Amino acid sequence: MAESADEAADATRELGGKSVVKVQVQVGGRGKGGGVVLVESPERAAEEAARMLGSDFKGHQVRQVLVEELLPIAREFYTSMLLDRSAGDFLAMMTAEGGMDIEELARDRPEALRRVHVDAMLGLRSFHVRELVGTLPAHAREGAADVLRRMFELAGERDATLVEINPLVQLDDGSVVALDSKITVDDNALFRHPDIEAFKDAFPIDPVQARANEQGLQYVKLDGNVGIIGNGAGLVMSTLDLVAQAGAKAANFLDVGGGASADQMATSLEVVLSDPAVEAVFINIFGGITRCDLVAEGVLGALERVEATVPLVVRLDGTNAEEGRAILAAAAHPRIVPAATMLGAAERAAAIANGAAA
Amino acid sequence: MSILVDAETRLVVQGLTGKEGTFHTMRNRAYGTNVVAGVTPGKAGQDVEGIPVFDTVADAVREAGANTSMVFVPPRFAAEAILESADAGIDLVVCITEGIPVKDMAYVHSFLRGRDTTLIGPNCPGAVSPGVANVGIIPPEVCLPGRVGFVSRSGTLVYQIVHELTQRGIGQSTCVGMGGDPVHGIGFIEALRMFEDDEGTDLTILTGEIGGDDEERAAAYIADHVSKPVVAYIAGFEAPPGKRMGHAGAIVTGSQGTAAAKAEALEAGGVRVARTPSQVSELVQTALS
Repeated sequence: MAESADEAADATRELGGKSVVKVQVQVGGRGKGGGVVLVESPERAAEEAARMLGSDFKGHQVRQVLVEELLPIAREFYTSMLLDRSAGDFLAMMTAEGGMDIEELARDRPEALRRVHVDAMLGLRSFHVRELVGTLPAHAREGAADVLRRMFELAGERDATLVEINPLVQLDDGSVVALDSKITVDDNALFRHPDIEAFKDAFPIDPVQARANEQGLQYVKLDGNVGIIGNGAGLVMSTLDLVAQAGAKAANFLDVGGGASADQMATSLEVVLSDPAVEAVFINIFGGITRCDLVAEGVLGALERVEATVPLVVRLDGTNAEEGRAILAAAAHPRIVPAATMLGAAERAAAIANGAAA
Repeated sequence: MSILVDAETRLVVQGLTGKEGTFHTMRNRAYGTNVVAGVTPGKAGQDVEGIPVFDTVADAVREAGANTSMVFVPPRFAAEAILESADAGIDLVVCITEGIPVKDMAYVHSFLRGRDTTLIGPNCPGAVSPGVANVGIIPPEVCLPGRVGFVSRSGTLVYQIVHELTQRGIGQSTCVGMGGDPVHGIGFIEALRMFEDDEGTDLTILTGEIGGDDEERAAAYIADHVSKPVVAYIAGFEAPPGKRMGHAGAIVTGSQGTAAAKAEALEAGGVRVARTPSQVSELVQTALS
């Protein structure tokens, strides 16, 4: 692992003067995006490392590059194991045709890609493995089988929902080696893996995102100008759709979750308003367990702490909605635009955003 | 008439003694649900407002005749709680808990295969048969007894749409929130089959969202097996590909699982697909008149 051009050059020298330099980021498609380069000298390694370090790769800042031994590759294969949501089990896949677009292969020549469903409780059996390695050259099968068993072990022990090895290669000497991998670990299972949880810190995230995460808010930045705050993922997605139908685009997705206390509302507003593109905010709450009177107090409480620079269209419905609306009406805050229905509120927010933008 | 939860429901609550467990159990009981027991290991012999607490679900089945379980235990123990209920012969398990590791659910999925236990959830709001019984956290105040069945992946969308149905005077037989987790219990197809067989249901509403292929499979099932009208709504047309949008399930990857693809598949299956939540109740009214 190198954090400077000099370190990359030194590592390449130690590896015999040739190496592969790879950006270390939490996103796929590195090969196609110029994030993996073969170099023939320490000087070239330094040049490439200098180009990569500090650059932005698909929205991720590159802080480290991996310098690896350049291996004599005879053949490239592909394999992956993922948790299949519709089947409720693991799906293992393998093909002898590595080095190409796997989605394309699956679509155009499905017979070239072996797929096997593996029951989580029964585990990966030898008949599964024999089926999977079936398209590989005979002398590569044993090595590939070993890789498959270790992938399943990894998925089980480390709560991985995806283990992908691309490429899996056979070297000139016949051995089978995983050259690159992508592993996704289930966020819900991180309590079992404090070492992986700690690894998160190695990849800094955007401070606004970090602030949202701290408060348990689900925040995704989008590219429109209507800020959205709602409760429940389905309702928030529906809100995004309605704003689009009303002729504007959402600036974000933000789900405050079950509660909507003054604290959560204040953080939500801070997060949404930190986006300079936002021209209007649409707060859409359907009170189930959440009580709308408390939400109304939460919004007002938040406005004492956060300066609202744009109008806030607030729509409250469900449990104690009338009390909530009465609280907002009594406060008569200059920035709050009350709305009775979800559709009406979406139209209002879109009109404000469009007017302000014009 | 209704499906899943009704007057025959005898509820045991796993995690009754916790704050959330007690709060929602009392709401369910106040609505008329027959709550017969609670289970908290180590607290056998205690009671919560008259509801006896047992150490195991097996005890709750033997001594209190429980046939339905609601799971309110923390995520790291919740899969175990579902397994315990299934092992004790419980007919229906409703798991409210959010944040269960997906591998644990894959084990549950494997264990339930071939057994008679039905699972709703996890990470779901439960099921309510208006006027009869409520198992979960759906606010029953928005419901009205009637003849429309409802199954949804999202919780708050159920509340929103049921609220609008009720305002139009359209009552519901049973509303089921199946939850948004990747590996879950009953889905659209199982609910559609039950509503098709239920004499008290005239029409089924299905609300889906981006990610996975539950809606596409439901569309194929409806075309072949459902004679009653179906109205659907899909959320997430504006969700950008590759981004997680809150629910574990709400992820679009590549071209599959988009809202547009789902709406198209459902329409091809003869389903009326609403473009806004409010349009759902309009389409229901048209279909029933």
